[in-house]
Amino acid sequence: MTLAFLILAVLTVAGGVAAMTLRRLVHCALALTVAFAGLAALYLNLGAEFAGLAQLLVYVGAIAILIVFAILLTHGGESDPEKVFSPAGIAGGVIALAVFAVLGWAVTTSSVAHGWGAGAAAQTSAPQTSVREIGLTLMQRYVLPLEVIALMLTAAMIGAVILAWREKRSVDPGAPSAPPSPELRV
Amino acid sequence: MVAGGAADQVFVNLDHWIVGHTPVPLQTLVSIVISIATIIVVFAGLFALTTVFERKGLGRIQNRYGPNRVGPCGVFQPLADAVKSLTKEDVVPRSADHVVHYLAPLVLVGVVFLTYAVLPVGRNMTAVNLDAGVLFFFAVGAGTELAIFMAGWSSHNKYSLLGAMRAIAQMISYEIPLILSSVAVIMTAGTLSTVAIVEKQARYSSTLAHWYVFTPWGLAGFILFMIAATAETNRSPFDLPEGESEIIAGYFIEYSGFKFALFFLAEYLEMFAVSGLGITLFLGGWSAPFSFLTWIPSWIWFFGKLLTLIFAFIWVRGTLPRLRMDQLMNFAWKFMLPMTLIVILSAGIWHFLTAAVVGPKPLGAVIRWLVCALVIFAPFITLARTLERGRKIEKRTYRFAE
Repeated sequence: MTLAFLILAVLTVAGGVAAMTLRRLVHCALALTVAFAGLAALYLNLGAEFAGLAQLLVYVGAIAILIVFAILLTHGGESDPEKVFSPAGIAGGVIALAVFAVLGWAVTTSSVAHGWGAGAAAQTSAPQTSVREIGLTLMQRYVLPLEVIALMLTAAMIGAVILAWREKRSVDPGAPSAPPSPELRV
Repeated sequence: MVAGGAADQVFVNLDHWIVGHTPVPLQTLVSIVISIATIIVVFAGLFALTTVFERKGLGRIQNRYGPNRVGPCGVFQPLADAVKSLTKEDVVPRSADHVVHYLAPLVLVGVVFLTYAVLPVGRNMTAVNLDAGVLFFFAVGAGTELAIFMAGWSSHNKYSLLGAMRAIAQMISYEIPLILSSVAVIMTAGTLSTVAIVEKQARYSSTLAHWYVFTPWGLAGFILFMIAATAETNRSPFDLPEGESEIIAGYFIEYSGFKFALFFLAEYLEMFAVSGLGITLFLGGWSAPFSFLTWIPSWIWFFGKLLTLIFAFIWVRGTLPRLRMDQLMNFAWKFMLPMTLIVILSAGIWHFLTAAVVGPKPLGAVIRWLVCALVIFAPFITLARTLERGRKIEKRTYRFAE
């Protein structure tokens, strides 16, 4: 356990704890971002370059911004400063424990964990995957699943756009975020 | 030991000399500190130089003098500005969220400095040679959006929040063409490492270098990249997040003194970093354009190209008016995005039109160039015509206040 790992672990856990205990939602979102970034740094520390950078790009760059936008656009930023612990928290705790149990079971019974348990020789043979190998695997062996996922995401995005668009049309044609009228085009 | 002449490798050798004269347990630390200190000093110095350069340049464009009081021709203006911002009172609004308000400029500057880690500023002069350097650049750069949000939200000012929302919407929209236009280069080079991408371009056939900007897809990609980079760094004509005439100064209205200077610094550093990436991806990084110019040290080439791009940024800022929000978004999604996809397609065609397909060198190369240029140019004309359709260009009437 190196010093770098300890610092990053403390940072990540602190971010996670702060995300749950802070009162204002925006603070929670920012603390969650710290946890995301700490996790990415941990991946980098472990030599998983692609996973770490993808984590940073997706979670810090996109998910955090999405959360922040959702908070601001729903006026949730200022509400409920008192109720940090709600009755739903018990159910949430149970679900979190169940998820943790499944993940823990998966990790402990995986071949990697058994390999580590077998001896020091297996420990050194942790897979060294470069970005190049990941790209080649994605584009050759797993190209069909990749394409299917891409198609599904595109369909979901088009669906979301159509949903938002129709709602705006029927409720309020003059809403500021409605599609620009012809004379406003570039 | 290393390739290149003495002048070319002077900084690398200096670094090795200093590290070699420190005790062995400290060597890693000293080497890291030297890299970080060099990046901070050089690019902060470049920032000081650019502020006076920009104000002089804008002054020239706007038919006035610009700063000319401090020192000969006003060259010491940055020092005066630094003293001013350091001694100014740091005003924090009473209703502001103090911790986040304090952290925002620090996060912004820190994140921007991190992106410099993977920029090859000369031969063997890269702080960290990452296997996924370009990915690192974009991944770390994503943090700037969050820092801008922190600044805008924590100020508790509607204008700063509006500015932050505008900035985030704009940066997310233009991040896509920015990344997609670099995908063409990554695809052709077959690597994500910035060092390897530059080395791929630093080869010469007869006298001309293999810069990607000399290919049709590279030229189009470079133009798209620089447009997206201008939007990404919130510079004019994409400076809506600051929009002085509408929302005063956007996300940093409530910052004064040195914190404001930090925002200013971050904006310029972002501009240098993204220009540096553009140079790395398209303009051959530290390599010379012609093989008979390789005697000029590599770092001079890099910084020369960087200063040229900075001049282009200043020129554009002094020339073009600000876009409207709907124009900005339409431009990103209806023009930039399809064009970057077409550039990727053209790069793919370029890859497969080898000498075996189009014939031997002189004629084959011309055919290859023309085919790939046509693949970009024909959709460009079609797209531009389609976007222009239905747009009425009429004589403008102005009404002046009386």
